[in-house]
Amino acid sequence: MCRVREAAPRGKDDQVSEDGIERHIIAVLVENEAGVLARVVGLFSGRGYNIECLNVAEIDPEAGQSRITVVTSGTPQIIEQIKAQLTRLVPVHKVSDLTQEGPHVGRELALIKVRGRGEKRVESLRIADIFRAGVVDSTSRSFVFEITGAPEKIDAFIQLMAPLGLVDVSRTGVVAIARGEKPI
Amino acid sequence: MALRVFLWARSLARWCKGTRAMAKGKLSGAEIVLKVLEEEKTEILFGYPGGAVLPLYDALFQQKAIRHILVRQEGGAIHAAEGYARSSNRVGVVLVTSGPGATNVVTGLTDALMDSVPIVCLTGQVPTHLIGNDAFQEADTTGITRPCTKHNYLVKDVDDLARVMRDAFYVARTGRPGPVVVDLPKDVLQAMARYTPPPAKSGAHLSYRPRMRADADAINRAVELIAGAKRPIFYSGGGVINSGPKASKLLAKFVGKTGYPITSTLMGLGAYPSRNKQFLGMLGMHGTFEANLSMYNCDVMVAVGARFDDRVTGKLSEFAPKAKKIHIDIDPSSINKNVMVEVPVIGDCATVLGQLIKRWGEVKAKPDAKALNKWWAQIAKWRARKCLSYEMNDDVIKPQYALERLQALTRGMDVYFSTEVGQHQMWAAQFLQFDKPNRWLTSGGLGTMGYGLPAAIGAQVAHPKSLVIDVAGEASLLMNMQEFSTAAQYRLPVKVFILNNQYMGMVRQWQELLYGGRYAESYMASLPDFVKLAETFHGTGLIAKKPSEVDDVIKEMIRTDDMVIADIRIDPLENCFPMIPSGAAHCDMLLGPADKAATPVSEEGMVLV
Repeated sequence: MCRVREAAPRGKDDQVSEDGIERHIIAVLVENEAGVLARVVGLFSGRGYNIECLNVAEIDPEAGQSRITVVTSGTPQIIEQIKAQLTRLVPVHKVSDLTQEGPHVGRELALIKVRGRGEKRVESLRIADIFRAGVVDSTSRSFVFEITGAPEKIDAFIQLMAPLGLVDVSRTGVVAIARGEKPI
Repeated sequence: MALRVFLWARSLARWCKGTRAMAKGKLSGAEIVLKVLEEEKTEILFGYPGGAVLPLYDALFQQKAIRHILVRQEGGAIHAAEGYARSSNRVGVVLVTSGPGATNVVTGLTDALMDSVPIVCLTGQVPTHLIGNDAFQEADTTGITRPCTKHNYLVKDVDDLARVMRDAFYVARTGRPGPVVVDLPKDVLQAMARYTPPPAKSGAHLSYRPRMRADADAINRAVELIAGAKRPIFYSGGGVINSGPKASKLLAKFVGKTGYPITSTLMGLGAYPSRNKQFLGMLGMHGTFEANLSMYNCDVMVAVGARFDDRVTGKLSEFAPKAKKIHIDIDPSSINKNVMVEVPVIGDCATVLGQLIKRWGEVKAKPDAKALNKWWAQIAKWRARKCLSYEMNDDVIKPQYALERLQALTRGMDVYFSTEVGQHQMWAAQFLQFDKPNRWLTSGGLGTMGYGLPAAIGAQVAHPKSLVIDVAGEASLLMNMQEFSTAAQYRLPVKVFILNNQYMGMVRQWQELLYGGRYAESYMASLPDFVKLAETFHGTGLIAKKPSEVDDVIKEMIRTDDMVIADIRIDPLENCFPMIPSGAAHCDMLLGPADKAATPVSEEGMVLV
């Protein structure tokens, strides 16, 4: 599960543990061709790098480009290797280490199903309101909430839902973009 | 009669169809593949036919521009293409069928990836509508080869075929070279499409544009560091050879200008003339005493196209502990991978060496002569240990002696050497000498036994008039000896010089030094009679059992016009020294049998390969 804090100026947002392991958000612009995700994922598993979360979607159908956001962790040397190895893949256009390059915004979307009746049901709705989560599906016994935000916010919401009948969670993983006017 | 008319009408209809297609300028997928091969000036294909690639073989049959070398197993095809590519600085091209054809090349692809050999490997595939159905001879070739190629493609539309084929060649030879697979479904090979010649000036690749020229800033810092060195060393690798003959020339020029010592990796042998005084021999696990101690004690290290492999560095924490390191490499992922360096210089070896020489002239750099003299005096002391010396006797042939004689008797000839993998390979690296690049073909990164014979075949195809010698071990040779039949079919006069000790020598050596002499499965009983083996494959067999017979056998081997197997019966228990035990540092070398028990291998060392 992703645990990337709300975007903040560089150095603050990404935890550095005592053993020198850093967490980085890396954006990868790739040619949208068959097997490109397998190449990226295979590179991480083959070389023993860590994937905390990863998502991919086409962002420019005309140019045929997709963007992969991957959250990974490792020593600074490993992070450098990961970027160099990604850059080396033939269908990769650009690799950008958002964590290193400056302030950025990271967001995640989650769909959360809660089942229950009576007071618990009302309480879940009340909390959803506080978290600005929307109801996207409802039956007499259940809600599906949609929530976006930093992963921590979603973690907190899920925690609060647990005693209220939480039955299912689906999360996208972080998508991120640099603050300011410059593109990737 | 009716049948005849019918057949006639059918063939007429076909002919019309054929001409119609031609009139429209359309070709079959198979013909398009051959067209692009011609564009790329491919002369030789190494391959083996099968159901899925029959359309390509049919098209090959009807043309004369490209010659096909039929191997005896696909694994032989790809090593032959590697030998061809490495000995000629061209792209090696392989053609195999789907399923087992493709899986049989996986070892060779990995070998080419590890040693950065430019290969385009065309694999057949079942028709697109059967992909994923577990069809006969179907394998997920792009899936299987993804981690062992530089890049791979599955062509699903004949209209993409020409572009993908051109792309494959570009990717294989550009930047750090490597193997590229193009998977070709049978229906794509049969489909018709318009063929358009390549654009006169092809644009830059969409995403793959490796950097050739280094930053001026990096060059300036490198020159400053090199010029100020007191105990410098150049450490060159296979990247110099991959960069082309110009890189080797510039390397020799720059090393000459500085007057500094130079050592080389296994893959880099030949980039710098080994007879030159400044050359310290190969470094690493079986490198020379002087090369390894110079690396350990240097204050500035200039790595040129080398990748700090574990066979070179030994114990990382004690690798050149006092040195500031400059690392020239075209592949940014090689930088700081195993060893952190002070000055990374990203670019092509030839271009960067040119930039360094230019800058060296501009700043009128002058090495510190006094410090350098002292350094050379120290190196001379290490050299005086004569770490490659061995004990001769009259009864048993020492492998070192056989190689010394082979070197002496082929000196000055137009000769290419390939090797298999093991003790003989290390002895060959220690005792053979190279004046030019591309003359030394060996499997360094992957260490593939069975590489040498097919690689020699590939080199012989590229250089029909040259002398090509595979320095082999008997165990490795048996892994691909079916290729003797290929050599026979094309009358390729390759010479196989077997250092026959009846053991997997390197395995036996490690078992002796590290596993209490328990020789588990490293002895091979029932070896073939290699003289008869040569004869059965239409060649000549020779044998030497005593040191006094070695010269005659070598001379006879060189003189013989056809394929030769020379079975040199060497001392079965000889070990390869010097040796850095795994997990040890450069300064902890074993120089000979007497050193054996001095430093027991550490526990960390035991888990290393």
